[in-house]
Parts: sequence; structure tokens; C-alpha cells
Amino acid sequence: MLEIIDLKKSFVQPSGEPLQILEIPEFRVEGGEQVVLLGRSGGGKTTLLHCISGITSTDSGKIRFLDQELTKFTEPMWDRFRASNIGYVFQTFNLLPAFTALENVLLGMSFAKDVPDQEYANWLLKRVGLGHRLNHKPDQMSVGEQQRVAVARALANRPRLLLADEPTANIDPANQQGIVDLIKETCKEFNIGLILVTHTMEVAGQFDRIDQLEDINLVSTELAAGMPEFEKGENQS
Amino acid sequence: MNLLTIAVRSIKQRLLSSTLTMVSMALGVGLVVAVLAIFGIVQKSFNANATLGYNMLIGAKGGKLQLVLNSVYYLSEPIENVPYEYYLEFQNQEIREKEYSGSYSYKAVQHQQVARTTLLTSACGLTSPAGMIAALATDVLIEQHNQQLYPWKREGKYSVFTDFAIPLCLGDYVGPYRVVGTTPDMFSLLKFGRQGDKPYEMNEGGRNFEHFNEANGFFEALVGAVVAEDRNLKVGDTINPSHGSAEGDEHATKFVVVGVLEPTGTPNDRAVFINMEGFYRMSDHAKPLENEEDVFGTNQIAHKITDADYVLPVEKREVTAMLVRMDPLYSIGIENRVNEGNVAQAVFPITEIRRLLDYFVSPVQTLLLVLTVLICFMSGVSILVSIYNSMSDRRSEIAVLRALGARRSTVYNIVLLESMVLSVVGGLMGIVGGHAMIAAFSGVIEDQTGVQIGFFELAPALPVPIPLLSSVSAEFLVIPGLILLAIVVGFIPATSAYKTDVSKSLGK
Ligand SMILES: Nc1ncnc2c1ncn2[C@@H]1O[C@H](COP(=O)(O)OP(=O)(O)O)[C@@H](O)[C@H]1O
Ligand SMILES: [Mg+2]
Repeated sequence: MLEIIDLKKSFVQPSGEPLQILEIPEFRVEGGEQVVLLGRSGGGKTTLLHCISGITSTDSGKIRFLDQELTKFTEPMWDRFRASNIGYVFQTFNLLPAFTALENVLLGMSFAKDVPDQEYANWLLKRVGLGHRLNHKPDQMSVGEQQRVAVARALANRPRLLLADEPTANIDPANQQGIVDLIKETCKEFNIGLILVTHTMEVAGQFDRIDQLEDINLVSTELAAGMPEFEKGENQS
Repeated sequence: MNLLTIAVRSIKQRLLSSTLTMVSMALGVGLVVAVLAIFGIVQKSFNANATLGYNMLIGAKGGKLQLVLNSVYYLSEPIENVPYEYYLEFQNQEIREKEYSGSYSYKAVQHQQVARTTLLTSACGLTSPAGMIAALATDVLIEQHNQQLYPWKREGKYSVFTDFAIPLCLGDYVGPYRVVGTTPDMFSLLKFGRQGDKPYEMNEGGRNFEHFNEANGFFEALVGAVVAEDRNLKVGDTINPSHGSAEGDEHATKFVVVGVLEPTGTPNDRAVFINMEGFYRMSDHAKPLENEEDVFGTNQIAHKITDADYVLPVEKREVTAMLVRMDPLYSIGIENRVNEGNVAQAVFPITEIRRLLDYFVSPVQTLLLVLTVLICFMSGVSILVSIYNSMSDRRSEIAVLRALGARRSTVYNIVLLESMVLSVVGGLMGIVGGHAMIAAFSGVIEDQTGVQIGFFELAPALPVPIPLLSSVSAEFLVIPGLILLAIVVGFIPATSAYKTDVSKSLGK
């Protein structure tokens, strides 16, 4: 379903020199497959997800998804494609503070189709256990609840792939497992492919396929070597 | 969920800053509306005078504008007078004869005639038919001769072209208000209003002053609406005009207020009108003659002259100006003739007023308009600042929207819409506020200018030579103007939203 070949991505440093972040010879995800990407902070996990979703451009290589070569897309095509085929859950600040839970989900729908499916949005929020919080705004909900809304919103357009970028990193330990379970179950339920990024084994250990970023990304080891190892014990119980 | 909803939500999210921004816009637009309304008031009060009811002003030689300011607006310093005989040139023979009947020359001629008749009868003898015929023939000859010789025997030079000529005698004050000595014609013949068809009306219980009556003699007065309000004058009150200026000595002669004029929106609201006959009979007012016997002179003080038959000699009268309505066909010719002479000048007041407006009022209006547009622009800049400042907080929101599939153009439009909503809602608040303000001050405005104005009164069209603009109320331009302004000022933050680096801004 998703196929990445010879992907290269670098950023221009303030000094003007390019900094290579990603060099991925090959990476595949099958339809409905659940993959955990495990890697240290600064390894380029987020950057990879941005590349897959078209949020950031690539330098070279191919990203193929649902038999379409995304790397040839123009920006508006990417936007449209992302809206209808890729669900995204970020680590923090997922929801728009001015909108209620339900409205956040509807907003997610409105960029993919002309008429948002209100009933499905309701149903999704019930499914993530927030049937009683439809009209709450983000600041009236706990972080865990907010993240559930984010999951519901990511599922709103019945995407084929869900990208979850450290979805539990900012959540209190008691609720972390619930979010992981929710993502796992709903992706299975709707046959959605999943790439979940994390830097902790606790989360990663619950999935069948665990890819070390170092294994797929040729430059990530060098980069991570230069980084302090602060991830251990961070947000962990 | 449409973009407008998203924009409105975003505004609500920053309620305090949005409200302040809208209030600043409302103040700006309120000011514009008020200024436009003032234009309307100025224009209307001018239009109320645009048809003064007369088309020519005659006064002493001097500045044209000064004559207009004096005689139309009752402003500026008093000016010279013209002889009463000049005024009578605009009257028919009948009136002339009546007015001249008190004159010294008239009386002298009467004496001569009596003497001559006596002489003739005694010379020829009453019994001789030949003598009778001779006497009659001589009389006819003399009569023909007299028509040329005696001014009361002929029509006034300009009278055939003249509908009416109303004399004004200026110089006295009641408080700060001008006293105008005139004839009852002023309020029976003269009309006002845009079409020049509105008659002057007195308030309940009031009436026009009369030339003479038993009760008040020559001493009746009419009071303009503003004066009545300000000086608290009503029918039955008496006034003592003061001489020469507001601070001048008060005349001892009292005038009885017999009517208060309804507001007209003309300068007449701000003046006191007294019977010209009474005006002349005040001390120092009749023009002194050499070697005159003092008919009433100083002993007139505290002594009401009620002798209706006594006609003040023409030689003792002067007028400051006269309001003349004449056939427009001849008015240019007569203006020329008057101005060629060395006694008086004639001006067309409307021409002078328009000139005054063009030279003085129009630039002030333009300046005001420019100022208020600048103020609106400043409010626009405050919208810019408000949205722009919020942009740093909103980067992540915009990034989330983009990650959800919103296009660059979509987030651009959202920010632009926000700018428009702030500007238009603020503007509408300003329009309503401005009108409320006008409505609140409508009483004062009507008192001061006579212009009636209400909440729903729209400003007039702008005085610009652009076809569409000059045909609709200027207020209809405010909303499109605001939208344009919103687009201009929204452009910068909208562009910033457009350029947001999603990858960098996500999750921050
Ligand atoms: N927009 C950017 N410009 C420059 N450098 C960036 C940018 N985004 C990420 N980086 C750098 O790329 C590296 C990988 O970042 P990221 O993909 O966020 O890592 P991870 O998600 O694995 O922690 C980091 O060193 C980061 O500083
Ligand atoms: Mg990351």
C-alpha cells in the first residue's frame, strides 16, 4: 500500500550547509498493517511522517501510496489527498481551541468532502468514549480526552493510513495505555494502515512489527549519536 | 464547516482583542458617519437658503460679501445705508405718494399749489367762463409737468420689474442677536424653503407685526425661534433693542413681542424683527436733518408715539438693504444700472453664497472627510496589528488546519475573512452608533440650524463629479469601503498565514 524508495531529505542549517536527515533506501507498509517506528529523539521520525503526508517536501526518491506516486503531486493535490486518505495524530496541540470536540471532528471532515457527516462524527466520538463530551471545548477536557478527540478526527474521513506521532508522549501514564489501545483497535476495526512513532519500548512492545529507525534510515545513527540521551525515563512510569 | 464560521470562531476566541479592534473601527466609522451627517446638515441648511425667496440684494456701495453677510446672515459689522428714496424707486406710484406725503418737499409743493390756486381764482374771477377755461388748461399743463417734476407723481424707476422690495434697517441688537427693522411684508410676501414656497409661520398665539395698531402703535416685534428659546421670549414680552452692538446702550423704546417664528433653518431664526416705523422712531435712528424742527426727537424717550397719521419724512429715513424679488429677465440689466450709479450696489445673493461656500466651506468639508478617512485607515491598521499579533499564536492552528488538508488559499481566505468581519461588524456598530448620536443631538441641531434630522436620516451623496458616487448616499460607500480596507490590511497577515511552514509549526 505504502512504498518508499530512495527517499532523501535534508534541511538547510543556519550556517547554510545542508543537514541530511533522512536517507531511506526502502520502506513498505501493507494495507491494514500496523508498524511502530522506534527511534531516539531527533532521529527524523517526525520528518519522515511529514514527508509521507506531504507536509514537507522531499529532496529525491519516491513515495507511492494507493498506486499513486505522491512525490509527483502538486501541493493542492497533496492537500486533497492528505485530507481524504491520511489521518494524523500529533504529540501535542491537536485540537483547535475555538471549536468543540464535535466541531473539531467536523472540521477534519470539511476539507475532504463538501458536506460533513454529522452522524458519523457523533458515532466516532462515542466510539472513542466521548459521547458525553461532544460540545466541550478542548480547554474543558483532559489531555487524554483531547487526544481521543484527535484520534476520532484522524479517523473521520475513513483514511487508509493513520500517522501517529508519539501520541502518548504528553499524556499522563494512567491514560497512555487507553490511547494506544484505542488506536490499535480502531485501525484494526476499519482496516487502516498505521505508522506509530515512539521512542519508548513500552509502547512499541505492544505491536507485532517494530522498525528501528536506525535500520531503515542510513543517516539516523550518526545524527542520534550526537544527541544527548534524554529520552530514557521521559514521560515514563 | 464553512470558512466564515471558522473566521468568526477565531475572532470569538480572542474576544477582548477583537472587541477592542471593533470598537476602534466603530469609533472611526461613527466619526465618518457623523461628519457625513454634518455635510448633510450644512447642505440642507444651505438649501433652505438656496431659495432665499428673493433674488437681488440692494445695499450701500462696498463689499458684496459684506452686504450678503449683513443682510442674509445678519453677520459682520454694520454697513452704510442707502437713502429711502432709492428704496422707493422699487415701489409703485401709489405707495410712493403715500410715503412722500410726509416729506418736506411734498409739503412745500402743497403750500405752493394752494397759493397758486388762490392767486388764479382771484385774478380771473370765478364768474368769467374764459377765466375758468384758462385756469383748467393751465392746471392740466401743470399736472403734466408735475409728473416729471415731483417724485411722488411717477412710478418708481424699477417698480415695473419688481415683485416686491422689502427694506431692512440694521444696527441694533437684542443680546447677541441682530434686530432687523422691516415691514410686515417680510413675513407676508417672503417665502422660504428649498422650493421657496414655505410661508413663515408664527407659533400658537403669535401673529405678524402690524404697521400700526391702537394697542402697540408702531412698536411690535417678531422673534426668531432660536432667539425666543435662548432669551426665553414669548408673546406679550417686551424687548429693548440696544444700540450699535450687543453691549450698546439700550434704547428706552420698548417693542412688544407679538409672535415667535417657527424654526425655519434660515438665519431668520437668529434675529429679532421690529416694525421699521418703530425703528425710526427710536432715538438716534431717524437721520438728522439740518435745521429741522424737533418733531419728537429727545422727548420721544419713554413716550409712545401712537399717532398713525404722522408720516415720518422720507428725508429722515434710510435703509441698510433691501431684499428684492424681480423678473429674472431684467435682473442683470438692473444690477448693472444700480452698480453704475454711485448710490448703491446690487448683488445676487445666491451667487455670493455659492462663492462663499466654494471658497470656504467646501475645503473644510474636504479636509474633514480626508481626516475621517485617515481615522478609518488607522482603525484598519489596528485591525492589521490585532490580527498580525495573533498570528504567532495561530501558527500551530494554521498548521493543524493544513495537516487536516486545508489548502494555503483556504487559510489565506480565513484570515482575510476575519479581517473583513472585524471591519464590517465594527463598521456597522459605528454606523448605528453614529446615527444614534445624530438622533440624540437632533434636538440641538434643529434648534441651531432648523434642519430636521432623525435616526434614519442618510448622509447625502458626496460632492464629487463621479456618476455613481454622486448619486447614492455616501453612507452606502462606507461598507464597500470597509471591505476594501479589510482586504488591504488583511493582506499582510493573510499572506503570513499562506506562507506558514506547516512542518515547523505543527505541534508547537
Ligand atoms: N524545519 C526544519 N529545519 C531544520 N531542521 C529541522 C527541521 N525540522 C527538523 N529538523 C531537524 O531534523 C532533525 C530530525 O527532527 P525530527 O524529525 O523532529 O526528529 P524526531 O521526530 O525523530 O525527534 C532534528 O535534528 C531537527 O532539529
Ligand atoms: Mg518527533
